[in-house]
Amino acid sequence: MAGLMARLSMVIKSKFSKLLDRAEDPGETLDYSYERQIQLLQNVKRGIADVATARKRIELQTTQLEQSVVKLETQARQALAAGREDLARQALERKSAIQQQLQGLDTQLEGLQAQQDKLVSSEKQLSAKVEAFRSQKEVIKAQYSAAEAQVRIGEAASGIGEQMADTGLAIQRAKDKTEQMQARAAAVDELVEAGTLEDFSAGGETPLDRELAALASSSEVDADLERLKAEVGAGQGSKELES
Amino acid sequence: MIVRLMSEGQYEIDETARERLNELDDKAVAALEAGDEETLDRHLEEMWALVKSEGKELPAESLEASDCIVPPADLTLEETRALFDGEGLIPDLPV
Repeated sequence: MAGLMARLSMVIKSKFSKLLDRAEDPGETLDYSYERQIQLLQNVKRGIADVATARKRIELQTTQLEQSVVKLETQARQALAAGREDLARQALERKSAIQQQLQGLDTQLEGLQAQQDKLVSSEKQLSAKVEAFRSQKEVIKAQYSAAEAQVRIGEAASGIGEQMADTGLAIQRAKDKTEQMQARAAAVDELVEAGTLEDFSAGGETPLDRELAALASSSEVDADLERLKAEVGAGQGSKELES
Repeated sequence: MIVRLMSEGQYEIDETARERLNELDDKAVAALEAGDEETLDRHLEEMWALVKSEGKELPAESLEASDCIVPPADLTLEETRALFDGEGLIPDLPV
């Protein structure tokens, strides 16, 4: 049984040689291979943008959810102070649902960041190699006979082939991670829409907000009333003194 | 000998390092076959550390082919299996 390193090397060689088998004359093979490298580079650039977008979306959601947790805690406190345990419970239930969503999000975000970094460094390496390949291929085309060129192509191509496979793997893994995160972000959005978590970020009022506001205003009205009563009472008193 | 650390780059290592790398590789294969992810990861990490500490990094624009390729140490067991399976983890190149 061959070692892991040898087996991996074989897998990659066979992937790349399939790609090169398509063209017949050496010049064509070189141009074809170069085109594929350029395409792969474009894919990587797109991949990097996708990962960055997914990461920003989740970061934004995280901030919003964290704000919601603070707000619900305050609301629960207010509700309790007003003697409304039922409302306080409702607020705490939502808080707990949001906290569950937040759990593990940080680790996943870190994972996504790592994939993005890998992809950026793969892209740099591939760019450098593609550029080296471009000048090599012109030399090979100009200076070698067809038979010699075949050998040279084999040499130049296997180096670049490895890098392409390597970069391909980085894209694949980043894509998987991005898809997972997008699914998660979509699930949070769905929960928000379904009203399981209220969308506090939208700035809209939730039924809980309204009830608490009503509670606050009724206690403000009560306080105002008391203040007026006291003032009126005092005024009457002074009038009596004056007369 | 030239070694590629997959997703990291290429390094040149000497004969002594090569022997140690091969020993670790044998252990890694055994762990993969036994389905022992923890041991596999540990050996792969050792392989990475060895190449990084003993090897000399090749410039990014080098077009030399590697003599052997070390898989990433952070793959899951499933991913590692897929990597060695022809259809595997490495996607087909863009058409």
